[in-house]
Order: sequence, then structure tokens, then C-alpha cells
Amino acid sequence: MIQLEQLSKFYGSDHDAICALNNVDLTVPKGSITGVIGVSGAGKSTLIRCVNMLERPSSGRVLVDGQDLTQLDAPALRKARHDIGMIFQHFNLLDSRTVYQNIAFPLELMGFDKNAMKERITPLLELTGLSDKKDRYPSALSGGQKQRVAIARALASRPKVLLCDEATSALDPQTTSSILELLREINQELGLTILLITHEMEVVKSICDSVALISGGELVETSKVGPFFTAPSTKLGREFLEEFLRIDPPKSLLDRLSSDGSDKPYPVIRIIFNDENVASPLISQLARSFELDISILQAKIEDIQGHTLGLMIAEFRGNAAHIEKALARLSDMQLSTEVLGYVD
Amino acid sequence: MSTDMMALIGHATLQTLYMVLISGIISGVLGLALGLALYVTRPGQILAYRPAFLVTSAVVNIGRSIPFIILMVAIVPFTRLVVGTSIGTNAAMVPLTIAAIPFVARLIEGALNEISPGLIEAAQAMGATPKQIVTKVLIPEARGGIITSITITIVTLISYSAMAGAVGGGGLGDVGIRYGYNRFEPLIMLVTVAILVIMVQGVQMLGDSMVKRANHK
Ligand SMILES: Nc1ncnc2c1ncn2[C@@H]1O[C@H](COP(=O)(O)OP(=O)(O)O)[C@@H](O)[C@H]1O
Ligand SMILES: [Mg+2]
Repeated sequence: MIQLEQLSKFYGSDHDAICALNNVDLTVPKGSITGVIGVSGAGKSTLIRCVNMLERPSSGRVLVDGQDLTQLDAPALRKARHDIGMIFQHFNLLDSRTVYQNIAFPLELMGFDKNAMKERITPLLELTGLSDKKDRYPSALSGGQKQRVAIARALASRPKVLLCDEATSALDPQTTSSILELLREINQELGLTILLITHEMEVVKSICDSVALISGGELVETSKVGPFFTAPSTKLGREFLEEFLRIDPPKSLLDRLSSDGSDKPYPVIRIIFNDENVASPLISQLARSFELDISILQAKIEDIQGHTLGLMIAEFRGNAAHIEKALARLSDMQLSTEVLGYVD
Repeated sequence: MSTDMMALIGHATLQTLYMVLISGIISGVLGLALGLALYVTRPGQILAYRPAFLVTSAVVNIGRSIPFIILMVAIVPFTRLVVGTSIGTNAAMVPLTIAAIPFVARLIEGALNEISPGLIEAAQAMGATPKQIVTKVLIPEARGGIITSITITIVTLISYSAMAGAVGGGGLGDVGIRYGYNRFEPLIMLVTVAILVIMVQGVQMLGDSMVKRANHK
């Protein structure tokens, strides 16, 4: 539904131009939810703003439903934009208009009459749960409600795709999940194709089918969400995953922990595991085979759209040579392990 | 105070109101247009056009830097062309209006600058034309700021009209100078000043309440 081909974007003049996007290729299949994730300044906003030409690409093509938007003149582009809804981090509602009037805005632009507008808006108010707030002004709404209005407004023109620029970044975790749920619902019920950008793995985890990792204006990794979370193929992918799985070891452990193994013999190890190497049999196997006492100090298990992903911090006690072997076994199994320190 | 005096002051009050109202309306409309032009033609804006922006901006700056007293004298030929005379209340309105236009334009531009650029982008993303952005986003969203700008302008016009009055334009300023100052009648001076104060207060209060109603922030 959306195809970006060799998309590049430079800001500034020729010699000291900043390259915000570098030959990006990305395909967003019809009906999918695709996420682009990256750190701040990676080029996420630039990428999504190029899709509806809020930012003119320096080179490359942007195809939405087969139409190359870079080739359109102003009137044709305005028409094409009716098929592309967009929501923003800071909602961008018109303060001078009520909820209802905000949702009516795109329809006014398209020349709808009052009755036709009402026919469109009423179901949208229901879908977004705003029926009882339709005459309120945005100033009297919470962040989550504002984003719901923005979603209803974006859907009013019945677009084929919805672009979400950090749509939940200004919301608290609970509101975030209700907005994500709404987006999921819209995707499933209306078959709307969604492209979203975010810096939060949580967002990708909850609703995306596919994910593209962007760094320094380049897409470094593109994959389905399951594999991305269980086995990212790039270093940056692993970093994002680690940050996502991050647990802070308790202070009592940190106090005992020494970075030097010469005076304290027993390692504390962090293991990331997934579907294929489920943790519990693994730990008991290691304990048995190498005659170790393994105590799990902390663990976290995430369900990523049906795939299991976990992180564990465990203390290995026993004969030094056996510990060596157990660690070697773990690394043979391609598990991501790290020695955090040593205890006695 | 004699009834003659009271009639004189009453007449002068009406003259002042008339001058301020007419020049306020004309400069409000033209200043709004000029302020919008400044805003939309600025580089990076929806109708970015550098030459137009630079010229408009320069004209506005020149207009704002000429002292009112000098402007009044300098445009006498123009005033004559427009109202057929260079003295009297009608003649005083011409320089008042000319002086107020660039003043309004800058205030309006400032009010427009308060609008979040995100709103304009959202409208563009929905396929709005520049004209639709002006009429459906810029003006309604800046409504409070626009009313504030007009209020400030009218208050300024009230005091400027007193100056214009002193050089043959009539109105309260004229009465204040001729009777209150030249003939040293403190009561008349006091009354004219009091009426001006009440006018300013009234305009300010009206403006404030309108802004309050316009803003849903
Ligand atoms: N209008 C602009 N002018 C100049 N540089 C910009 C502009 N917008 C973004 N950039 C630069 O492009 C890079 C990518 O920005 P952006 O797409 O906003 O990143 P993200 O959304 O991932 O935080 C950054 O280095 C940023 O400073
Ligand atoms: Mg951004």
C-alpha cells in the first residue's frame, strides 16, 4: 500500500546539508501495521512526513496505493492527501472548534454538506468513544481523549492509510495502551493500513506486524515483529531489545557484586532466552549436568504476539571448572549471556 | 460648567468616537490583511514568497518608524486627495488610519505566530488549500489574539486622536488643549481627560470580555 523507493532527504544547503534519510526502501503491505523504530534524531519523523509530502523528499519515490506522490502537482496532491490520514504526538486539534467540529474539519475541506457530515461523524464518535463529549472544546479533554478526536478526524475522509507520528509518546502508559488498542481495532475492522513511528519497543510489541529499525537516516533492519524481538539481527536491534527487557538488579545484589572474579568465585549471569531455548528446563539441565547450584535472582518474561521472550539473572555456584563449561554450553546455544559480576 | 461647555464637550466626544471608530475599522481590516500577508509569505510558510515578504516587511517598518506628528504633516497632499480637505475631523482620520495599519499588521502577525505550526501542518496533511488554511485555521485560531490587537490599536487611536485634534481635527484633544490648557480652565481639562480615561477603560473591558469568549483555551 505504501512503497518508499530509494528515498533520500537532505536538509540545508548543498555543502553543509544534513542527510536525514539515506536511500530508504520500505514497503508497507495493505492492511498491515508497520512500525518504524529508532532513537531521537534517527529520521523517523522525516520518513513519515515524506509519505504525505509534508516534507519533500530530495530524491526517490513515494507510492501510496500505486500513485507516485512526488510527481503530483499541488491540487492532485491535496486530493491524494484525502486518502492519507495522519495523527501527531501533540494531537494538533483546533482549539477554536469543538470535538464534533474538529472531526468535521476535513469534511468541510472536501465540501461535504451538513447532513453528509453528520452521517460520517456520528459513527466515528461512537468508534472512538466520544459521543458524549462531542460539544466539548479540546481544552476540556485529557490527552487520550484528544488523541481519540485526532484519530476520528483522521478517519473522517475514509483514508486508505493512517500515518502515526509518535502518536502515544505524549501519553501515560495506560492511555497509550487504550489508544493502541483503538488503532488495532481500526486496523482490523476497517482494514486500514497503518504506518507508525515510535521510539518505544512497547508500541511495536503491542500492535505492529512488521518493524523497521532506523538509524542515522538508514533502515538497518526490517523484519516481522516476532523474529525482531526474539532474535534481532543487528547490534542496534539487540540494544533496543536489551533496553526493552531491562531490569534493574536489586540493590542487595549490586552491593554484593564485584567486577573482579579473583576474590569472589561465583558469577552472576544475565541470560536472554526465547521460544527455542525456554529457560526452565535449560537451567535444571545445566544444574544437573555440571553439578551446579543455580539460583534465579530475577526474571522477566514477555509475550510478544505469541512468542516467548525472557530475561533472567542467575547466580551459578559450584566448581570453577564446571561453571566454565556451563557458560561454554550457554554460548554454544547462541543464547545472549553476559556476566554481570561475581559474588562469594 | 455651562450648558454651552457641556454641549461642546459632548460634540467633541462624538468627534473622537467617530475618528477612532472609522480609522479603527479601516485600519483593522487593512492591517489584518497586511498582517496575514506578512505571515503567509514569510519563508517556510504556506505561501512563502521572499520578495513580497521583504517588501511588505520593509513598508511596515517604515510606516511604524515615522513619528505620527510628522506623518500627519507629510501626507497632507494625500489627505486632501482622499477627503478633499486637510483640516477637520475627516482629514484627521486619514493619518490616523495610515499610522495604525502597519501597527495592526505587526500585532496581527504576532498573534498568528502564536499558532502552533503543527495545526497548519495537520490542515495541509488533510489537503487544505492555502485559502482554507487562512479562513479555517489561521483566523479562527488567532481570534483571541486578533481581538487583543484591535483593542490595543483602538486604545492607541484614542490617544493619537487627541494629538490629531490638537492640529485642527476636533475632538476631545482639541477641546482639552484650547480650553483646558490655553484658557486655563482646569475643570474642562479634567473632564476631557476623564472622558478619555473612561473610553480607554470601556474599550479595554469590552476587548477583554470578547477575548475571553473567543478563547476556549
Ligand atoms: N526542518 C529541518 N531542518 C534541518 N534539519 C532537520 C529538520 N528536521 C529534521 N532535521 C534533522 O534531521 C534529522 C532527523 O530528524 P527527525 O526526522 O525529526 O528525527 P526523529 O523523528 O527520528 O527524532 C535530525 O538530525 C534533525 O536534526
Ligand atoms: Mg520525531
